[in-house]
Amino acid sequence: MKINLKVWRQKNTNTSGKIVNYVVNEVNPDMSFLEMIDVLNGQLVRKGEDPIAFDHDCREGICGMCSMVVDGRPHGPLHGTTTCQLYMRNYKDGDTIYVEPFRAHAFPIIKDLAVNRGAFDRIIAAGGFVSVSTGQAQDANAIPVEKAVADNAMDAAACIGCGACVAACPNGSAMLFTAAKVSHLNQLPQGKAEATRRALNMVKQMDAEGFGKCSNIGACEAECPKEISIENIARLNREYIKAVFTGE
Amino acid sequence: MKLDSKIPQGPVGEKWSNYKEHAKLVNPSNKRKLEIIVVGTGLAGASAAATLAELGYKVKAFCFQDSPRRAHSIAAQGGINAAKNYKNDGDSVYRLFYDTIKGGDFRAREGNVHRLAEVSVNIIDQCVAQGVPFAREYGGLLDNRSFGGAQVSRTFYARGQTGQQLLIGAYQALERQVGLGNVKMYSRHEMLDIVKIDGKARGIIAKNLVTGELERHFGHAVLLCTGGYGNVFFLSTNAMGSNVTAAWRAHKRGAFFGNPCYTQIHPTCIPVSGDYQSKLTLMSESLRNDGRIWVPKRKEDCGKHPNDIKEEDRDYYLERKYPSYGNLCPRDIASRAAKEVCDEGRGVGKTGLAVYLDFSDAINRLGLETVKARYGELFPMYQNITGEDPLKQPMRIFPAVHYTMGGLWVDYELMTTVPGLYALGEANFSDHGANRLGASALMQGLADGYFVIPYTIGNYLSGEIFTKSIPTDHPAFAEAENNVRERINTLKNNGGKTPVDEFHKQLGKIMWEYCGMARNAEGLTKARQMIQTLKADFWNDARITGEINEFNPELDKAMRVADFLELGELMVVDALNRNESCGGHFRTEYQDNGEAKRNDDEYAYVSAWEFKGDNQEPELHKEELVYEAIQLQVRSYK
Ligand code: SF4
Ligand code: FES
Repeated sequence: MKINLKVWRQKNTNTSGKIVNYVVNEVNPDMSFLEMIDVLNGQLVRKGEDPIAFDHDCREGICGMCSMVVDGRPHGPLHGTTTCQLYMRNYKDGDTIYVEPFRAHAFPIIKDLAVNRGAFDRIIAAGGFVSVSTGQAQDANAIPVEKAVADNAMDAAACIGCGACVAACPNGSAMLFTAAKVSHLNQLPQGKAEATRRALNMVKQMDAEGFGKCSNIGACEAECPKEISIENIARLNREYIKAVFTGE
Repeated sequence: MKLDSKIPQGPVGEKWSNYKEHAKLVNPSNKRKLEIIVVGTGLAGASAAATLAELGYKVKAFCFQDSPRRAHSIAAQGGINAAKNYKNDGDSVYRLFYDTIKGGDFRAREGNVHRLAEVSVNIIDQCVAQGVPFAREYGGLLDNRSFGGAQVSRTFYARGQTGQQLLIGAYQALERQVGLGNVKMYSRHEMLDIVKIDGKARGIIAKNLVTGELERHFGHAVLLCTGGYGNVFFLSTNAMGSNVTAAWRAHKRGAFFGNPCYTQIHPTCIPVSGDYQSKLTLMSESLRNDGRIWVPKRKEDCGKHPNDIKEEDRDYYLERKYPSYGNLCPRDIASRAAKEVCDEGRGVGKTGLAVYLDFSDAINRLGLETVKARYGELFPMYQNITGEDPLKQPMRIFPAVHYTMGGLWVDYELMTTVPGLYALGEANFSDHGANRLGASALMQGLADGYFVIPYTIGNYLSGEIFTKSIPTDHPAFAEAENNVRERINTLKNNGGKTPVDEFHKQLGKIMWEYCGMARNAEGLTKARQMIQTLKADFWNDARITGEINEFNPELDKAMRVADFLELGELMVVDALNRNESCGGHFRTEYQDNGEAKRNDDEYAYVSAWEFKGDNQEPELHKEELVYEAIQLQVRSYK
């Protein structure tokens, strides 16, 4: 089939960008969306043009590196999938598709579709861990964890740190990402000792990075490829309020 | 140069304790003065960087991705082995050690493997303490499952995302140290050369992938935790960016390469669908716990819908050939068996290059919900890629390149043949012999990073406490940087016309055809020629668009492919040298009715190759493998 692409091209952080039109012929329905871009890039290189820069690595929906807004939606039209898991069988001959980078104040564009998400690492560095150095652990089964709690923690821990939640949010808030980590660790007995500090420090860092405020719109949950629940935000808010009240 | 593996004296079960009791230590105030470079932030790199920083060393960590959390360890699905014996089913450190040696077809070092089995229990403790959400039973204790090549349940898992959760655990430990100022993190940086001064590794040249600038970094020691080289095949389950460049550059600076021909072809991957294919997706081996593998008994049935093929017309060939392990036989055996039935013309799917993995029995026995819960994301992932629902009809699977057992040769301390240069995790050759068992890669990566290197590096660094940081205007840094710059310029300015991927795909085809699941002298000899021609074409005709001093993924890719071309040739040389079949290395000339025929008299050694110069024959060094605790025997899973 034939696909018309309208792709955001931007040379670097400091220049302005624009949409450029491309046509890709002979798109196979079993191709992935990124493979279609590979094919296009091959054609551009042959013509001596600059291929489209985009982030990707695992191409199986787990590393969180791919980051495109496809037809206005981070990671494209399918619910619960990353861009790399989007297959062309979801499109038909002659379709026109807009491809843009994740846009947010805290995610500056590096080139074309690639953005800088370093702010996420700094949020984790501010408190997204359990302070246990190597060798300090007791026997693993000495800490029983209720199955339901472990399962809930795992649900939150499934976040791949892609940033789609930020790109989806009109305020550019990183609440879902931050809340998922707080909620993963704070529910577990291992994470309780520093639960309050964790919540406060991570939220503080999130604000410092220039992410917007959360106003409970819910776009993050709708676009999250790992279906991280917005309940995690409620949990973080409770934790945060408690922390502020206890004067920490 | 004589290879010294530095295996400690004593019975195998006491070697590691003896070593630890006698290894030299570095006192805390001296640790602060010692700088360590860690390249790669997967399980091995992140755990090493975090742990060394906790100990007080000054650490610089590098990864080519935009964040250390993206390293490809994240994609491991199934689980991690540990000899906890929580199931009381007869497991022990010895048994995990034994299974790993046997699984590796008696081509791994006893001392290293026993150490791995010993520290496996500490890994689980450490990860649980970090908050890794492993699967649990209703009593709140940890759950286990069984995995290929083992008869006990010793695999810990976190749904189908074990690698992700373990990596996030290590990444969080790493970020904690970044926050504390003990680690300086360089993401979007790729190591392009090692800097050696007076014979010792003293730093690296790294390219800032955003600006294209070349940077010089000093370290008293350099750790390469840069993963495997499966992408030499172009199509593999590795991430798109996984590459051999760091290891290969180290090789060219004097680090010997161990057993390059040992490649693991994983039996359960989603088959190739077309020429545009960019990578292959693995379906976790854990699926073989509940899925049964079969093909039609008769060729004529191959075109039928699988659900229309009657039970008596199906050949459950693994159960037939290997009754005691059945669908859980090791990876190399399962892969080869799949190739065989497809070669017989009994493969299924459009291309005839696939076999069925069927869950209908498990669904009848356990119920749909249990099966779904057990394999989390895997079923939807399969359906999304292929458009077929594996709960309604069997999956189609085919072997694909997944892991490389070969890697930089290291001694017991994980040091390469270059003093001060270490290799950890998949980047080294040490623990899996000629074939790796499932759920052992995660174990090895974390063992090396959390529990081995923190002890062994002290033995070297204790002799470096008087070495001041060497300024990076030292001529050795300039030489290495120029070397990199020259390569970049040559490639960029060759006036070529063909995209880099084309060369990479061609290399992959050569490797898969002649140095894949089955190899022979004739094919390998031919492959070597073909690779040399391809390499020359590449340097003349690869087109790199864009500028050198900007974000240029096309250029980065080209640098990696250049190194894959050289590595590919060494793999072929190694495969040609090893006149036997063992584990993942199957030479069609050496077999007994389709079963691999090892030659212990002549080949019970590690091949360690020394680089002698571009277009020169590499020199083979042999490390004889000594078996004291285990008797060499024919590996049988029947
Ligand atoms: S919460 Fe969802 S959208 Fe946000 S970073 Fe995590 S996985 Fe991505
Ligand atoms: S490329 Fe890894 S999640 Fe898409």
